[in-house]
Amino acid sequence: MFLVVPTLTVVLGAFQDEDGALTLGNLDALTSEAAVSALKGSLILSATTALIGAVVGGLLAYFIVSMPPHSLLRRTTLAISGVLAQFGGVVLAFAWIATIGPVGILTQLVSDLFGADLYGSGWLFGLPGLVVVYCYFQIPLMVIVFAPAFEGLRPQWREAAVNLGASTWSYWRHVALPLLAPAFLGAVLLLFANAFAAYATAAVLVSQGQPIVPLLIRQAITSEVLLGQANVGFALALEMIVVVTLVMVAYSLLLRRTSRWMR
Amino acid sequence: MTDQTSRGLAVALSDLTRAYGTVKALDGFTLDLAPGELVALLGPSGCGKTTALRILAGLDRATSGTVSVGGKDLTRVPASKRDMGMVFQAYSLFPHMTVIDNVAFGLKMRGRDGATRRGRAGDMLELVGLGEHADRYAHQLSGGQQQRVALARALAIEPSVLLLDEPLSALDAKVRVQLRDEIRRVQIEVGTTTLFVTHDQEEALAVADRVGVMNAGRLEQLAPPAELYSAPASRFVGEFVGLSNRLPAHVSDGVAAVLGRQVPVLPGSTSGAGHALVRPESVSVVADAAGTATVATVMFLGPLSRVTSTLADGTDVVAQLASSDALRLRPGDAVRLEVDPVPVLVVA
Repeated sequence: MFLVVPTLTVVLGAFQDEDGALTLGNLDALTSEAAVSALKGSLILSATTALIGAVVGGLLAYFIVSMPPHSLLRRTTLAISGVLAQFGGVVLAFAWIATIGPVGILTQLVSDLFGADLYGSGWLFGLPGLVVVYCYFQIPLMVIVFAPAFEGLRPQWREAAVNLGASTWSYWRHVALPLLAPAFLGAVLLLFANAFAAYATAAVLVSQGQPIVPLLIRQAITSEVLLGQANVGFALALEMIVVVTLVMVAYSLLLRRTSRWMR
Repeated sequence: MTDQTSRGLAVALSDLTRAYGTVKALDGFTLDLAPGELVALLGPSGCGKTTALRILAGLDRATSGTVSVGGKDLTRVPASKRDMGMVFQAYSLFPHMTVIDNVAFGLKMRGRDGATRRGRAGDMLELVGLGEHADRYAHQLSGGQQQRVALARALAIEPSVLLLDEPLSALDAKVRVQLRDEIRRVQIEVGTTTLFVTHDQEEALAVADRVGVMNAGRLEQLAPPAELYSAPASRFVGEFVGLSNRLPAHVSDGVAAVLGRQVPVLPGSTSGAGHALVRPESVSVVADAAGTATVATVMFLGPLSRVTSTLADGTDVVAQLASSDALRLRPGDAVRLEVDPVPVLVVA
């Protein structure tokens, strides 16, 4: 019910005007320059942070899983990753502002030590800043999502491959990477959806312009300048639902392919 | 046997030691395998048998000692260059590959072309009776089939040595016996020198040319199965392999007095008072109202039955009799126990 009712509200709202009459006019707004630009921004932000998170988080997961099962470092890193993966929002945004904002600690330190301007032209409050800040929760999310996949690689697969003449590279090329590929791609899609739907962090960081769709929806719903835009917000939300649905379809197709050889 | 010796290579594990901190998994372990021979390493958990096999495979490093195959020293040669086929205890087929791709994997690593790989892999699958399953995935096979594919995969590379690390332990009893016989048939057919590690003595005695019994990182005895059973070289072997009664005995002039009978003793026996290790099938149970033993239980095992009797001093003696004789006995019957005059080991 908590999934279906809001979704239906969005879908119906997208095809109604402010008086409740059926219309396709809201969808026209999706082709406006602002909406296309926001969608582009959301896709770039989501894809970039998904890829960076997947690669960095994947490598980190490998190093964590390579540690002895009961090592303190391994347990600590996994626990911290679990916390940081859920660390988005206002607190995270403030933490970054306090660190590399115009008067952030690191900004001041770098300025004092090297005379460099870390803050620059305010990149932290635009799309590049969002990429950096989103990685802060995307990388740990990848760690906790992908570590079990590494743990699922049975030691005897490596030993069997080596015993049959495989070098370390051959083992990774022919055995480990193909086995990890579905989980990796699934994790990339999950990270993409996670970034695509994130709102609070961006809402705090970005006060001017609407570089991503969630911020444009906020403007449509709360703007005191442009009234009667709530249904455009529904249309933008519908657009997001479609994108996330496509991601889910891709994910399920991937799972179906994987299930050919996995239990 | 001629075919075996022409294709197999001799294996020598010399004075191997493997220490994990202060614990020695292997402690001066030495074992020689003749070309084409199948040797089973038998022993309780933690005795070092798997460690010995992994050191031969190159998957573990010996703290000291040497490994040689066909006269070549392989001690420092990495596992991937040792040219050995191995079947693991746990299922180890690559799940994302079909059966035939699994079997052909080793050939692919050796740079063989596709046609050669498929031809050889197909032959190996026929050898283990799974030619029709070539395009299946591992999860579509039973445990027994998976281990047969693993055997085919290990043999496809024409290994110098075949290593079997408890390959049957995950299977149910019936499949285990079937596959055990099949492994032996295939091994004889291809003639590869084989080391078979198991904790199941029936398995070891059934398939091996010789069985090595290990204890605490050392080889206690290496002998053909029948010899190992009938002439154990140590108390450990006598008690570990098969069932033995420990009966009070007194040794003098190479003869032991056991249950009132004179029985020859095996080399290595103690002298004076001790305990004779007597097999259940060497004990006869005769109904005798004047007998000093009493039947405690009669256990029907099919053609044979196991009768446990209690001596006056409380010692239990197990005898294995034909069921036709055993089933005439009832718990509480007075009986006389006699020991056959076959050589026994007498221990302190």
